[in-house]
Amino acid sequence: MADTAISVHHDEHHAHEHHGPQGILKYVWSTDHKMIAMQYLFTGMFMAVIGAFMAYVFRMQLAFPGISVPGYGQVSPGEYNALVTNHGSIMIFWVAMPVLIAAFGNYLIPLMIGADDMVFPRINRLSYQIFLLSVLILLASFFVPGGGFGGAWTAYPPLSAVGEYNQTNLGSSLWLLAVALEFVAFLLGGINFITTLMNSRAPGMKAYDIPLVCWFIVIASILFMLSVGPLIAGAVMLFFDQALGTGFYDPARGGDPILWQHLFWFFGHPEVYVVLFPAIGITIDVIATFARKKVFGYKLMLYTTVATGVLSFFVWAHHQFIAGIDPRMANIFTITTLLISVPIAELCFVIIATLYGGSIRFTTPMLWALAFMAEFLIGGVTGIFLGASGADIYFHDTYFVLAHFHYTFFPIAIIGTFAAFTYWFPKMFGRMMNDTLGKIHFWGTVIPFNFIFIPLFVLGIGGQHRRIYNYQHFPELAGEGMYTLREIATVSLLVMLAFQFVFFYNCITSWRKGKKAGKNPWNANTLEWTTESPPPHGNWPEGLPNVYRGPYEYGHPDRDEDYWPQNQPA
Amino acid sequence: MAFAKPLATLRSSTGIPTGRLAIWWVLASEVVIFGGLLGSYLMFRLGHPEWADAAAVTNVWIGAFNTFVLLTSSFTAVLGHQAAERGDGKQAAKFLFMTIGGAATFIMVKSYEWTTEILHGYTITANGFWAFYYTAAGLHAMHVIAGAVIMGFIAVDAWRGRELQRVELIGIYWHFVDVVWIFLFPLLYIAK
Repeated sequence: MADTAISVHHDEHHAHEHHGPQGILKYVWSTDHKMIAMQYLFTGMFMAVIGAFMAYVFRMQLAFPGISVPGYGQVSPGEYNALVTNHGSIMIFWVAMPVLIAAFGNYLIPLMIGADDMVFPRINRLSYQIFLLSVLILLASFFVPGGGFGGAWTAYPPLSAVGEYNQTNLGSSLWLLAVALEFVAFLLGGINFITTLMNSRAPGMKAYDIPLVCWFIVIASILFMLSVGPLIAGAVMLFFDQALGTGFYDPARGGDPILWQHLFWFFGHPEVYVVLFPAIGITIDVIATFARKKVFGYKLMLYTTVATGVLSFFVWAHHQFIAGIDPRMANIFTITTLLISVPIAELCFVIIATLYGGSIRFTTPMLWALAFMAEFLIGGVTGIFLGASGADIYFHDTYFVLAHFHYTFFPIAIIGTFAAFTYWFPKMFGRMMNDTLGKIHFWGTVIPFNFIFIPLFVLGIGGQHRRIYNYQHFPELAGEGMYTLREIATVSLLVMLAFQFVFFYNCITSWRKGKKAGKNPWNANTLEWTTESPPPHGNWPEGLPNVYRGPYEYGHPDRDEDYWPQNQPA
Repeated sequence: MAFAKPLATLRSSTGIPTGRLAIWWVLASEVVIFGGLLGSYLMFRLGHPEWADAAAVTNVWIGAFNTFVLLTSSFTAVLGHQAAERGDGKQAAKFLFMTIGGAATFIMVKSYEWTTEILHGYTITANGFWAFYYTAAGLHAMHVIAGAVIMGFIAVDAWRGRELQRVELIGIYWHFVDVVWIFLFPLLYIAK
């Protein structure tokens, strides 16, 4: 990677110092924001493979109970619990967060605001190292006596607190430690993102000239920072319950298990928006570029997102309607939850209005961005059933809930990530991805995705509860029709996973011998497209850019070209 | 290994130095951690009037002495900041070392206090009050220790006239540690 550029940079600015880390150390000990972004990206993708493998194993067990799963073997009930627990934890904390926020935040923020790096490069490196440690601890938790934690990713006590109940004494403590370290890593990273955006913008870049994806990653970081604190306190209490035998969550000793649910969901619900905002930001940037049209309502979009963020702090108890909370409280939380669909609908309309009258190009990233909107909408609409406490009493803890949040998280973490990855791949690696393979991969992912989760909606409405190892033990859930639906879901998952090989093949071949991308293959406006692909150390060796206009000046009537880069003087 | 700051660190679009901006965001994240813990404690405390009996056992005089020590150490941190503003690194370092002395006193007094309480059977598992007592004060004590260690590094740098702006930053953090204790002391010791 850009050896010459690095040495040039050193000659200019650091001639009096030691050289930076060389050889393999360059990749693991670098403070360059792009390298740290790659570390996060590849670690996240590695964890995604593990999380997907877990899904494959337990989906096989659910559709074909007792089968010896190829590549895994027989699944015991304890292993099943550990698999579903860690699938959830991994996909949210070790895939969605590191890829959407840490990887793209690190990669895009300095490049898009015209800075040479993050404001605190060494804290950035520390953030990744702590994150890596959390990954290793989580993976290690599978190999301790008792196996990985099996108390569900929400870790409700007393199941999570008492070793006799969850049977994974060591595994649950390691899981908790891993999650806590992961939080520390993202707090460090988040502080970096926020201060970088606030303080290190290129000369001339005013608040409303910042690309929305940068704003959204930073708003997400603030949201994370303000919501995770109570859960950190709660995790310390849970750890003491597990390790020392205190009774914070034990009603027999004056504690209260519902307290954990409050602390968890006070974080857990904003967390949905923490990963949603970067995905929406990516979508809006991709859509503006490929609709060749200015974003409709930049400020509206920004303020709506801030409003969603604020509102997201007041909806958490809709996860607890049947946990024994006061019904009057349930009324309040129903109202706030249904209210939050207003700003989200507004975001959808803004995106549709941006598309309207545009000159749309159906490139692979554009397809992903449009699919994000379509699929997320289904997730949002089904959420209304769950936000209303009356309907939720029936749907609670069924596959309806499961299908609903997969219809939100899959578009966010997978579709949004693929939109970003295919859009910025030319910038990251200097070469274009193969568009045909990209489209095959797109359809091969999105169609099976719907065939996985639509049957699960039906099963959920039919009363199928979550977190059950083998439905043959429940005669009313073991009918032939229900098994057919389960098999459709599992087979669709296999198809979807098979199509991911197309993606990996496309990545490797495009990276090795794809068409050279040049500086600005998409004719986009934002600053990252004004430097080399991939950008050298320091990002703009010939001097950092100045900014003269907003990021979405596409199709300006007075110009011959349909784009107008932010750094071009008027 | 020497490390050159990127230009990004030296920019200041808001007009606030980057370090100061960052430390306030660190404090924001800390406020919600302690906020969650103390909020939970308050909810429990209101629901369990009998915890007052346990709270009555705590030693208000020791707590008051520690409050005095911590407030004084905050004062020396301010004096250190003043000295750093004047560019007098040696003086700033002296005041920071005094602050570290205050932190050490605080921790020693706390160790004595906890030892006495544990020997009398008031351990973390004794009941809900003691669980919160040790968790909240322990989390705070960890912040005191971490702050004192970082302050040590900053003081050594300041003594050599380097990175004087950091004296202010650690001072801001130290006031926060102080403020947390101002909440803990009445909640854990005085409220009966």
